[in-house]
Order: sequence, then C-alpha cells, then structure tokens
Amino acid sequence: MSFMPYVAPEQMMKDRSEYAHKGIARGRSVIGLEIADGLLFIAENPSATLHKISEIYDKIAFAGVGKYSEFEDLRIAGLRHADMRGYSYGREDVKARDLANAYSQALSTIFTQQMKPYEVEILVGEVDGDSEGTVLYHILFDGSVTDEHGFVAIGGHAEDLTDTLKDRYHEGWDLGTAVKQAVEVLASPDSRTIDVDTIEAGVLDRSRPQRRKFRRLADEEIAGFLSA
Amino acid sequence: MPHGTTVLGLKYADGIVMAGDRRATAGYTIADDKMRKVFAADDYSAIAIAGAAGMAVDMVKLFQLELEHYEKLTGDRLSLEGKANRLAQMIRSNFPLAMQGLVVVPLFGGYDERRAEGRLFYYDATGGRWEEDDYQSTGSGSQPAKNSLKKRWRPGLDREAALRGAVEALLDASEDDVATGGPNPVRHIYPIVLTVTASGADEMDESEVAAAVDLVLEERR
Repeated sequence: MSFMPYVAPEQMMKDRSEYAHKGIARGRSVIGLEIADGLLFIAENPSATLHKISEIYDKIAFAGVGKYSEFEDLRIAGLRHADMRGYSYGREDVKARDLANAYSQALSTIFTQQMKPYEVEILVGEVDGDSEGTVLYHILFDGSVTDEHGFVAIGGHAEDLTDTLKDRYHEGWDLGTAVKQAVEVLASPDSRTIDVDTIEAGVLDRSRPQRRKFRRLADEEIAGFLSA
Repeated sequence: MPHGTTVLGLKYADGIVMAGDRRATAGYTIADDKMRKVFAADDYSAIAIAGAAGMAVDMVKLFQLELEHYEKLTGDRLSLEGKANRLAQMIRSNFPLAMQGLVVVPLFGGYDERRAEGRLFYYDATGGRWEEDDYQSTGSGSQPAKNSLKKRWRPGLDREAALRGAVEALLDASEDDVATGGPNPVRHIYPIVLTVTASGADEMDESEVAAAVDLVLEERR
C-alpha cells in the first residue's frame, strides 16, 4: 500500500493551473468579435479539417484553443447537450447560457478531481434577435466563466492580442472589416504574415434567412476580404 | 388515432419531387384536413410519411435530428445511401409497434451529391428498403396514385410536368380513396410539394401548386 505525500490544496491548485496555462500558451489563438450582423470567430489553424471553430446549434457557435482532443471532447459533449435539449423541449429553448454553465461545471470537476486538468479555453457565442441578444462566454480550464463584450482573444498570445484589440476595436464592423482587422491582430504579436489557407473563420450571422445561423467562411471569401 | 394517407415521390430532370395530400383520418372521421406529411429531412433530402401520424411525425423529428447531429459532429453530411439506411433501421426498431397496428411507412428521397442525381427510396413496415427508379407512392391511396403516375411519368420530366403529374396523381387518389383529401380551393387546402435538386430541398409556394391543380381541374371540366 502506498501513501500520497501531503500537498496543500493551495499548492495543488497552483500547480494544476500553471500546468494548464503552459499547455494553452503553447498553442495558437482564437479571436471572437461582435460585428454588425452577429459574431465572428477567427483563428490561425494550419489544418483545414481539425477545426477550432464550429457550429453547436441554430444560433450558437463554439471555439476552442489548447489541446485539440480535449476541446473536441467538449465540443461533442456540447453538441449532444444542445441537440438533446432541442429535441426534448423546443429549438428556442437551447441557450448559450445553459451550455456555458454545463461547460463550467464539467471543467471545474475535471480541474479539481482528475489527475490532470484540461489544457483548454473555450468560447461559446450566441446571436438572438437584435444586437442586444448577442452573448459571448469565455470559459477557462478551471471552469470559471466570464461574459465578454465586444471582443475577446484566447490562447497563446491572448494578452498581447487583447491589448491590440483594445486599441483597434470598433462597434458595428461589417464582416469584411472585421476579418481584415482580426487577421492583422492575429499576425501582430511577432509581426509576421499569415497565409490565407491557414485562416479558419466562422460567423454567426443573424441576417441569414436560414434557421441555422452559423456558416464557415471559405478561403476565397477570406482572401477577398483581405485584398479589399 | 389519426392516420396519414397518400404521399408520393417521383424523379424528374433536376432531382426529385415529393408530394402529399393533407388529410389524416381516424376511422370514419377526418382528424385533420391540413396535416403536413412531407418534410425536408435536411438540406438535400426529403421524407414523406404515411401511417400512424403521431409515430410518423416523431420519427421524422428524430430522423431530422440525427442527420443534423451527424453533420455537425463530423463536419460532413451523411451520404444519401447512409441516410436511407439509417431510416430503414429506425423503421425496423418500430416493428413491434407496427405489429400492433402502428405502422409507419415513409418514402425517402434526395439529391445524391456524389452521383449528381436525384434518388428515391421506399420502405415496408419491417425496415425493408428498396430503391425506386422512377416514381413511388405509399399510403391508402397509393394504388390509384401509382396508376395515375404510370400514365404521366416519363424519364426527364421538367419541373412543371413533374408538379403536374404529382398533383394529378393526388387528385386521382382522392377520387378513388376516401381517406385521401382532395384540393379545396375554398379553404386554401392544397397538396404540399417539395423538390430536392442540386441547389437543395425547397418547398413550392402554395400559389404554384394551386395553379397546377387548377390546370388539371380545368382540363377535366
């Protein structure tokens, strides 16, 4: 029989938090922006198939940074949660707030009770009705949730990106302007150029007539915005 | 318990047409005269139902959910073949209830993006699944509807002719089968008609369907 040495809870939390931070800092970032017609999520992602940004439900989208397998796990759980709820009750009963709470509970349990915390940060965004109905939640690896307004950056260079966004961001950008600005911000920390093929972007567009408001931007569309 | 009656599907030049009358019966009573029995299953397929209405509508809801869930989960739509097979499994799982009289027999069709053509499938209560080359109908008025389509259907019909064939077959079914509802211009009750083509599933406007019905009626006056 083996005994675990005593570790103070403060120390344990600090170690886990540091571990998660390090994991997230190694990866690339995602930017979430409130724009005129809804919400834009944009990221640098060399893979065209392993997405950081995806649709959850009619008006809800998801973005994750950190360890792919872990935020993919969260995405799938969120998708199940949303689809089950919409089937059991009604489509309008699926809300980003409930989803953010569920994520928060799950991440907080993992952070305190499992061997290793998840090395992820996620965003859950929703557009509903007019711009008043737009919400953007930022959920950390330990389950803490913040309600963001206007813009948010998560992942590797989150702090630098947030500082740059603070200076640049304007309310009511159209999609094209937002994409262009966001790509410049993403490239700003080490002043490089980002190849169009490696930009992943998805938008929750409340002006879409379809029930499902999420759409992925194609490379050509992004290229068009950047050259405009 | 309400029962849905006649639905049909046919291939045409751009894809497929699916149509259904609006009547649901419970014994000798008309339970509903504006029921919807034809639904878009996702962006590129449609499902039409006949049989126990409550079970059938729930099966459609679950089927739509499964297709959307799969699409969001994997980032890819299921193949049309995959969708048709999944529906067969759902019908099979309903078999014990079908034995007690709660039969659900849908038609399924859509645009196969890989083969670039419209395809049509029909089922029986055991989950048997067959592909249809030209047209098919299910429900109590399916026999007169099929007889009607037999006279009208040709390979490569255009949209107008396909719509006309569909509404005429439903009209014929309503004349020969008490459980099938005919068009009712006074109360604005017309068949629901959906097309699925390379540009997706689309429901025809009531005015377009009404015009086609008027044309058929005018010819028979």
